Amino acid sequence: MTTALPGTQTTSVQPVDRPVTRKSGKGNRVGKPGPVTYTLLTLTALVSIFPLYWTLVAGSHTNAEIAATPPPFLPNATLFDNFKLALEQAPIGKAILNSVLVAGSITVGTVFFCTLAGFAFAKLQFKGRGLLLGLVIGTMMVPTQLAVIPLFMMIADLQWVNQLQAVIFPTLVSAFGVFFMRQYLISSLPNELLEAGKVDGASTFRIFWSIVVPVARPAMAVLAMLTFLTAWNEFFWPLIALTNANPTVQVALAGLGSGYVPQQSVIMAGTLLGTLPVLIVFTILGKQIVGGIMQGAVKG
Amino acid sequence: MTIASQTPRQALRGATRAAPPTASTGDRPPARRRTSLTRNRWGYAYVAPFFLLFAAFSLYPFLYTAWISLHKTSLSNIDGGTWVGLDNYRNLLQSEFFWNAARNTLTIGVLATVPQLCMALGLAHLLNYKIRNRTFFRTVMLMPYATSIAAATLVFAQLFGRDYGLINTVLQAFGMDRIDWEAGTLSSQVAIAAIVTWRWTGYNALIYLAAMQSIPGELYEAAEIDGANKWKQFLHVTIPSLRPTILFTVVVSTIGAVQLFGEPLLFAGNGTTSGGSSGQYQTLGLLMYQQGWSNFHIGQAATTAWAMFMIILLVVGVNAVIGRLRNRADR
Repeated sequence: MTTALPGTQTTSVQPVDRPVTRKSGKGNRVGKPGPVTYTLLTLTALVSIFPLYWTLVAGSHTNAEIAATPPPFLPNATLFDNFKLALEQAPIGKAILNSVLVAGSITVGTVFFCTLAGFAFAKLQFKGRGLLLGLVIGTMMVPTQLAVIPLFMMIADLQWVNQLQAVIFPTLVSAFGVFFMRQYLISSLPNELLEAGKVDGASTFRIFWSIVVPVARPAMAVLAMLTFLTAWNEFFWPLIALTNANPTVQVALAGLGSGYVPQQSVIMAGTLLGTLPVLIVFTILGKQIVGGIMQGAVKG
Repeated sequence: MTIASQTPRQALRGATRAAPPTASTGDRPPARRRTSLTRNRWGYAYVAPFFLLFAAFSLYPFLYTAWISLHKTSLSNIDGGTWVGLDNYRNLLQSEFFWNAARNTLTIGVLATVPQLCMALGLAHLLNYKIRNRTFFRTVMLMPYATSIAAATLVFAQLFGRDYGLINTVLQAFGMDRIDWEAGTLSSQVAIAAIVTWRWTGYNALIYLAAMQSIPGELYEAAEIDGANKWKQFLHVTIPSLRPTILFTVVVSTIGAVQLFGEPLLFAGNGTTSGGSSGQYQTLGLLMYQQGWSNFHIGQAATTAWAMFMIILLVVGVNAVIGRLRNRADR
């Protein structure tokens, strides 16, 4: 299966504390940007932000106001009334709490298990290592759709329908995470450090805890941010496993969008409420998330 | 999977003992050391949690889906299906709904992936200049990626709305007719492709940017000495160096496109699973959901899911072959 994803064989992750390319000038060698570059970039930035800004505007105006020419371009205080209406239409408050719980648990589990497995694949010798790693990479291609029917039967048997554990457990590990941690540890965990731990007579788990984890921390942080984001935005499986009685944010939004809501502004206000937590996190950690994605990026 | 099922016992056995230290026999073994059995088993213990969870919640479901696809089963009678062999697959291949969904998945996939990756490449090129506020631009371009499918689709459904949508308001201001985006085949597919493009362009641009930054500067210097202008340099240095990355993003985007589900589900805004009144934007992912959770034909849904997997395997396989052939041609 390794050959199936052509790019991945040569993937490498740059250690966070040693950014080889950044600001060294090596990467940015194309030269000075002209006004055209700035115009295009600004346009792209506007297009990226506008739909999000529009939820704010549309969330504070009635259908007729939105459709007027020229359309409104500023939000107003009606937004808060619409927040209230949206919270009555869909259990968004509960959904946000649920999403924090679900995405938080998934993040903790994924980071822990993937660091364990990534360490083993990077630094421990065992029979079948290559084969197992190939299996991990191969699973990245399998569509979610292929698992949902038996998973649904399973949670029905376990009486987990509408329970949060139904959406936590199946997503508790990620193949990407294992691969990501492996790539990082191969390049930034010196074998000498492990040898030293061995000489000191530390147990294997001790070595993991007090040598591997501190070295892996930057990559673990990146993996945590990406996992949280993905888990928060997970749509297909939560929609099947949960209902509006105990939803995650995405399930609640789907309910809001497909129910009968006469005013678009209420849907928009609800959408904004459900998106706000991620946007806040993203505003704070955006730089780190960008760095994480670029480190995880595949290089030729 | 035999290895994964053996590991818990081994992990227990290992844990009760005073564990001998694990050696680092990493990528470049310093001195040849004899690998002890215990050391071997510790590797399994570390990967065991991953593979146990993977086996329970992924591998077993994958295989069981294949088994279900050979049965006539309904959601209310999950365990009591009757064996029908390949009937579901025959029905699927004869079903106009399947071919409609497959066609739509293909056209939406092309509409969403091709412009997206081209724009991402151009954007990455721009971001690779020494620009001011680079962190700002990069972060803002990644905002759509942080927005969920549900939120993005609800906003775009508003923007593309027939009566109250901003896009139609703008069209009208320019003297054009309001478009019923949702009703038309091409217009609805363009709108859905726009949502996908909006969410993923910035992300792919960052992937390309990371790859561009690792291209050695000497390549550009050499090209400059040979008299290549900026455009030629982009065409003959940047693009070839990025080829593995491009291939990778094509594969990842295609896998995503085959599974497209949330956007067509929420685009209509009334919660139906038919993908428009005449199925004009019904995708394979949505069809599978409709078969299973609207019509309760679990066997059919499992068959569709396997068909989707086959399509993905085909795409990945074709890409691998292309990659290999091109590599050989280069040599």
